[in-house]
Parts: sequence; structure tokens; C-alpha cells
Amino acid sequence: MSSAEISTHHDAAHGEHHGPAKGIRRWLFATNHKDIGTMYLVFSLLMFFTGGFMALIIRTELFSPGLQFVHPEFFNQMTTMHALIMVFGAVMPAFVGLANWMIPMMIGAPDMALPRMNNWSFWILPVAFGILLSTLWMPGGAPASGWTMYPPLVLQTGDAFPFLIFSVHLMGFSSIMGAINIIVTIINMRAPNMTLLAMPMFVWTWLITAYLLIAVMPVLAGAVTMLLTDQFFGTSFFLAAGGGDPVMFQHIFWFFGHPEVYIMILPAFGVVSEIIPTFSRKPLFGHDSMVYAASSIAFLSFIVWAHHMFTVGMPLTGQLFFMFATLLIAVPTGVKVFNWVATMWQGAMTFETPMLFSLGFVFLFTIGGFSGLMLAVVPADIQYHDSYFVVAHFHYVLVPGSIFGIMAATYYWLPKWAGHMYNEKLGRIHFWMSAIFVNVTFFPMHFLGLAGMPRRIPDYSTQFADFNSIASVGAIGFGLSQLLFVYIVFRCVRGDGATATAEVWDNPRGLEWTVPSPAPYHTFEEPPEVTDGKAFS
Amino acid sequence: MTISQSNRQKARSLTWQLVAMAIGAFAFGFLVLPPMYDVFCDVTGLGGRTNEVATVVEEPTTTGRVVRLEFATTVNQYAPWEFGSDVDSMTVDIGGVYETTFTARNLSDKSLVAQAVPSVSPPQAARHFKKLECFCFTSQEFVANEEKQMPVRFIIDSDLPAHIDTVTLSYTFFDATKMARANVAATN
Amino acid sequence: MIQKLCLSALAILFASSAGAEWELNMPRGVTELSAETYNLHMQVFYWCCAIAVVVFGAMIYSLVKHRKAAGAKPANFSHSMTAEMIWTIIPIIILMIMAVPSAETLIKLEDGRKPDLTVVVTGYQWKWHYEYLGEDVAYYSSLARTSVDARRKNSGIDPNTVENYLLDVDNPLVVPVGAKVRVLITSNDVIHAWWVPDLAIKKDAVPGFMNETWFRAELTGVYRGQCAELCGKDHGYMPVVVEVVEPTAFQNWLDSSRPEN
Ligand SMILES: [Cu+2]
Repeated sequence: MSSAEISTHHDAAHGEHHGPAKGIRRWLFATNHKDIGTMYLVFSLLMFFTGGFMALIIRTELFSPGLQFVHPEFFNQMTTMHALIMVFGAVMPAFVGLANWMIPMMIGAPDMALPRMNNWSFWILPVAFGILLSTLWMPGGAPASGWTMYPPLVLQTGDAFPFLIFSVHLMGFSSIMGAINIIVTIINMRAPNMTLLAMPMFVWTWLITAYLLIAVMPVLAGAVTMLLTDQFFGTSFFLAAGGGDPVMFQHIFWFFGHPEVYIMILPAFGVVSEIIPTFSRKPLFGHDSMVYAASSIAFLSFIVWAHHMFTVGMPLTGQLFFMFATLLIAVPTGVKVFNWVATMWQGAMTFETPMLFSLGFVFLFTIGGFSGLMLAVVPADIQYHDSYFVVAHFHYVLVPGSIFGIMAATYYWLPKWAGHMYNEKLGRIHFWMSAIFVNVTFFPMHFLGLAGMPRRIPDYSTQFADFNSIASVGAIGFGLSQLLFVYIVFRCVRGDGATATAEVWDNPRGLEWTVPSPAPYHTFEEPPEVTDGKAFS
Repeated sequence: MTISQSNRQKARSLTWQLVAMAIGAFAFGFLVLPPMYDVFCDVTGLGGRTNEVATVVEEPTTTGRVVRLEFATTVNQYAPWEFGSDVDSMTVDIGGVYETTFTARNLSDKSLVAQAVPSVSPPQAARHFKKLECFCFTSQEFVANEEKQMPVRFIIDSDLPAHIDTVTLSYTFFDATKMARANVAATN
Repeated sequence: MIQKLCLSALAILFASSAGAEWELNMPRGVTELSAETYNLHMQVFYWCCAIAVVVFGAMIYSLVKHRKAAGAKPANFSHSMTAEMIWTIIPIIILMIMAVPSAETLIKLEDGRKPDLTVVVTGYQWKWHYEYLGEDVAYYSSLARTSVDARRKNSGIDPNTVENYLLDVDNPLVVPVGAKVRVLITSNDVIHAWWVPDLAIKKDAVPGFMNETWFRAELTGVYRGQCAELCGKDHGYMPVVVEVVEPTAFQNWLDSSRPEN
């Protein structure tokens, strides 16, 4: 590589040769993938606690029958905001943050392909969530129609309505820009000789996720735009009186919403596919079939949307089609789980915190998968639909699924970011507390749903009291456990732990372990030599 | 080597391709899906929509097969109307032309515009329920306290699936006064 | 005396275990299709358990045996065509076994032919309206007074002292036992969903559209459910109560419910 080419790149990308800018400018005008990754992760953590606080308001009210703390209107605002914040503010930005930090380092690129767009896509987020949170103080309160925003109910939202739509638009813009950046980086900036199939699984799952994002976030934007025009500009896309159909919104929403579910889980699949081989001291079993499985999950996610709406009134053939398609998703998902188990098989396992979270992921995500399978069976789904069984199901996929994936990734790469080890003992305590409380919180919800408790209700019949109390205790325990996480990360970043080596773990695979810890501000300014085996995990 | 000039060119064109893809996806959601959904509904009867309008009245060819037709009415959002069908149900020869009436009364002292929205259940019957004339085709103006008897003329065609023996025709009365005024304002 | 004590202890035990069953699992219900639905639910659940035993069993075995601390040396395999074929094909077979009875039940569920009685259910924010088609009987069904008083924030009334707290209404839907009841469902305002677990039916009430479902209750009794689709602030306060009675009792009730004119 000639030096002329290097400087071309630098002038175009950021012009910072010697390290970060000073003070606030470093963050406000950040173009360095590591800085932006850090901002995404910190923002996501903030949102995780905001959304978590709302969850605790919900669980506190539901601790015992009778209304004690909040009014039903406010309760509905909490369920709606909790979901919007967790989905768009906590889980998705966390994965984008991980992508920003790790993808360039894993493919041997000096930075993301579009650094300036990277800056915008991050800074849109605080604006979007600032707007969304401000609706809590507006006349009529925050949106209270559920994160699914079904009309006509959502049209009864007070002054918050246009702000809700606008903030969803902004979140969409941010995700789409982030996704474009990730795709261009992966396609264009891989180290020479790194073929697509040689890429690490985390990069692969993110590539698929990014395509999903570009395909469906605009569809959500379209759906909420139609809500806006229905409300203010006299159209009737979703109003029966003008020849529209409220159910059409549900079809469009879930055309976005089901791929969205996989957007939130595929990167976590990638994370555990990195971690399990490292701590099993064995290569990932079936790397290529993992890629095919993730791709087929992504493809199938486009043809199963109506399984969210089996009670809406659908022709029999439609119900049958969506049932079969949904059952089919169990096959590639099963392949992934079996491959992880086969990776552990005959390994030499150790159980550091990232591995514990990954194992927790495999166990508990699989339980979420089982309830997903049950939900696919239409006659049974008619009973489960909109009950706490569904709440249990998607929290099993999202909390010990996506969020454990994020936790595992954080522990796995934190020494690389910070240059110090985190406190392993505290990490393990954090895992066990999280794993226990997540089950205490969400397992009883299966029973509540089967016994007939609908979701999104502020008060319930006395027969549901016991399990609700247990779930509330679990939720508070889970919330408190996460404070420990903040403490562990804080101490590690401050430099309290042992100094981390470049490899951090016992002979891990992947280019990120070939750079020193902490990773220098600029890495891979010269592309690394990739020999096939070292690149993927 | 990685960030050579040609690579930057490639990155730029890929970026624009992806932007185009996102715009395409938005257009798909906003412009393509709604009309596609309408076509889909008309074909499958999803949602019990009866957009079927029979324009040509052929010689009524009754088949001898009969179904029970029931009528149901709803007024949306407590709008000030009394609205009901004049008969509860009728027995219909498939292929025959029938007429029935509904009556609505404006309970308010203002003139109002109503839009009736039809729905047929089961949905598989929707596309076989063909209306020759219906008060739901256009919005209906009611002066203060006006009562109107409104006719529907229809055929249930012979392609009605064999497993259907009861069909329900339901109308929901929506207050379309605001919508109608807005349209008038727009055309003026 | 002792005998009496034993009997009452047994009665309490029986009652509480029956209660526990209701709390832990889907009710078997009182219609042919609710029982079929329950069986499907259990069947899929058992399949899940079986798969869990295999997958988690292998995983736990591996976690115990293939630990570095236990002296395990890592193998180096990363592919096995045979294994991957097996765990692609076997799940497909299991899924087909699941899909067939599900489809059968679903087809029955959609067969609303020859109803004995048609009821139009209309969802309102936040109550239900029932209309017996062609019978000139129609009325609203709202949350019972006792629950209305107790549900208010800090009402000072302990919900445990209210019978069927939040699951009781002023005017239940009354239907005859053994009759095929066709339920037409629509809404006055936003989307609601009419759900009675014991009848295994749940259907959305969509404004402007008429949905249809049916049930045939095989046992008399009172069956309770709730609105299942978020419909605004009092979504949690619009229960569904269906009273299934003997046909003669139903006829008497119907006659006495007609407006006197
Ligand atoms: Cu409701």
C-alpha cells in the first residue's frame, strides 16, 4: 500500500491522525467508529434504565390486585413507552454500537465506510428520544396505544400524536443510515483475501440484519405516515368510514414488525457464535450452515407477519399458510441451537462471564423458541393471543435473548475496549442474579396467560395475584442486578482490573484480538494479512 | 489498497443503491401495499368487504339453492342516528335479484351526513354478494330529524361456496359530516 | 367429628387443587373445540419438553464432561454433514406431525354452518353490547357495580373481598346449553377483542367490519373472560361473562327480556 493512498483516505474520513479531539467536540463531531460505538452503547444503557424504570412502575402497580399507584391512562402510557424505548432505544442502538466498535476491527478496516453519516445516525437518536420522552408532559399524556400503534386507538392520542410519529420517523432514519453504513463497510472494506464466507458470524448476522433494516424500517415509516395523514390531512387509509380498513395497518405494521423481531435477535446470534467457540476452545460448528440458517430466517421473516393477527378475522387459507410458514422458522432456528451445542461438544470449556451469558442465552432463548412454536399453532394461538403467555414469550426472546447477547458481547469485548479486565467474580454474580431474576419475572407469566390474564391491563382479578407478585419481585431483582453491571463496567473502564493482553482470552479467533488492548484510536490503517483460519471464529 | 480510489467509487455507488432501496421500501409501504391490500381483500373477501358491484343485470337464474341472509346494523361512535333493517332476515334464492330496505333517522336538530359501510360475513361470501343498488354507494345527507328508508338491491351469485348456509350483511353507520364538509370545501 | 374434619380437609384440598389447575394451565373448557385446542396445546407442549430433554440434556452433559477444569482436551471438528442433515430433517418431521391436527381443528373452527342462535357482539369503550338477532333483545353489559366501586385507585376496598373482582358484569350474555351459537363481532369505536377462555374463542371487534365465530357449550355454568385487545384507558375493565343455561330457562329468560310493548 502506498502512503499516498493512506492519506487520501484520512483526509476524506476525518483528518485526525494523532488521536481524539479534546472535550465535547470529540463526541459532538465524532467520526471515529470507536467513539461513535461508545456513544451508542452509553445511550443504549441510558435508555435501558429509562425503559427499565417504566417496567418497574408497571410491575409495582401489578404487584397486587387493586389500583394503588397509577391511573389506568398512565399505566397504558408506561407499557407503550417501555416498549418503544426498549426496542428502538435500548436493544437496537446497543447492537449498532457493537457493530460500530467491532465490525471494522473484525474485518480489518480502518473505520466505518461513511464516518460522517455515522455521526448523524447517532445524533438523531437522542433527539428522537428527547421528543418521545417529552410527550410525557404534554396535554393528553404520552402515547398510550401500545407500541404497535393500532388505529383507531392511536388516533385518540392527545397532543403527543404528531410527536410520536415524528420521533418514529427519526428513529427510522437513524437505523437506515446505520444499516447503510454497515453494509457498505462490510462489502467494501474487508481486508484483502477475506471472502464473504470467511467473515466472522457477528459480521455475517449484522450484514443480514442491516439488509432487513433497509427493507422494513421504511415500511414502518410509511405506515406511521399514513396514520399522520389520516389524522390531519383527511385521508382514510385506516378509517372504515372513508373506505379504509384499520386492519390494513396491522398487516403493514407486522410486515415491518416481524423482521424487526429478527433485527433484534440476529446480531445476538452472531455474538454467541463468537463467544461459544472461544470458551469451548473449538471452532464454531457448521459456520456455513449458520450463515444459511440466518439467511433463511431473514427470508422467512417476510412471510409470517400475519401470525401476529390470527384473531383479526382472516380467510382459512391465510391462517393455514401463516401457520405453516411460522412453524417452518423453527427449522433454521433449531439448526442454530444444535450447532451451538455441537460447538461445545468435546470442547474444553471454561465459564467466564461472557460464556455464562451465552449459555444463558442458548438455554433461555430456546425456551422462548418453544413458546414461539406453541404460538404458531393457530387454534392454541387463539387462546394465547394478547395474553400474558405472549408477554412471557417475547420477553424470553428479548431479555435473555437479545439483552443477554448484548451483555455477553460487552463482557467479551470490554477488555479490548478498556484495556483492563473487568472483575470476573462480580461479573459472574451479575450473570447469576440476572439469570435467576429473569426467570422469576417471566416464567410465571406463562401461567398467567394460560389462566386467562390479558396483557396491557393495569389491574386484574384476584386469582392472578400470586404469580403477579412473584413476577414483580423478580422484576425489581432484575432491575437492581443491572446496577451491578454499571458498577462493573465503570470500574473496568476506570482501570481497576488487571491489564488486558492483546488476546484477552485463551487463543480466541478473529482479527480484533491481533490489535493491542485497549484498541488504539486508529486500527488497521494498513490492512492486515488474512490467513483464512484466523479470520473467522 | 483497501481504500483505493476505485474502492471509494464502489462504496459511493453502493451507498446510493442502498438509499434507493430504502426509498423503494418506503414507496412500497406507502404507495404499493395499500392498493395491493385492496385488491387482495376484494379477491379473498378479507375483512368481509363487499366492493362487488354488479353493473349488468342478467336474467335472474335462480339455482334452487337457498341461503339464510341476516341483517345487522351498528352506529359508530354513538352518532345521533337510529338505524336498523326493516326485516331481520330473509331466505334468498341463489342467483335471484332481491331488494330490502333499511331505515335511519337523524336524532339531532342539525343536518348530518352519514356514510354506511357494508361488511359481509363469512368473508368467503363477500365477493359473491353483489349489490345492484345500495345506499352505501354514496354518503347520505339527513336534514334535522329526517327519517329515510333506504333500499339495497342485490344478487348472491351462484359461485357462493357450497359450505356456506348463512350470510350476514351488516352496515355500520359513520358520521361523515366533517369529511363531507371538508370535501365540499376542497372542491369549491 | 374426625370423619367430618377429614372430609372437609379433603374438600379443601380438592378445591384448591382444582383451583391450582386453573391457575397453571389452559382451561380444558366446555366445548368440543376448546377441548381439542387444549389437547393441541398439550401435544405441542410435550413435543417441546421432549426436544428440551434432548437438547438441554446434550448441552448439560457437555457442560459437565467437556470442561477444561475436568481435564477435557478440545477436539477440532467443525462440520458433520450427517449431524446437520439429522437436525434439519427430524424437526421438519416433528413439525409436520404438529401441523396436521392443528389444521384439522382450525378447519372445524371455521365451520360456522347451521347456527341455532346468532348474537351480535359490539365492543364499546368500555363495555359490550349484545343483540340477539331477530329476537328483539339487546342490552349493554358493563363491569359489575361491586368491581366498579373497588377498582378506583385507593378505593379502600380490598379486591379480595369482591366476588369475581373485575370478572363480573351487570348483564351477562345468556345462551342455551348444547346450542350452536354464532357470534358476530364488531365495534363501535376502536378495536376490541372478545375472549372467553372456556369457550376457546377470541375474536377482534373491528369498527366497520363484521367478524364471525361460533361456539357450542356443552355444560351449563358461568364462563368469564375479558377484552383482549388494548382499547384505551379502561381496557382492563370490560369483562365478558357468558351464562350457559338449560334451553327452557333460556327461553324464559329471552321472553322476559323482550321489551314490553
Ligand atoms: Cu376493549
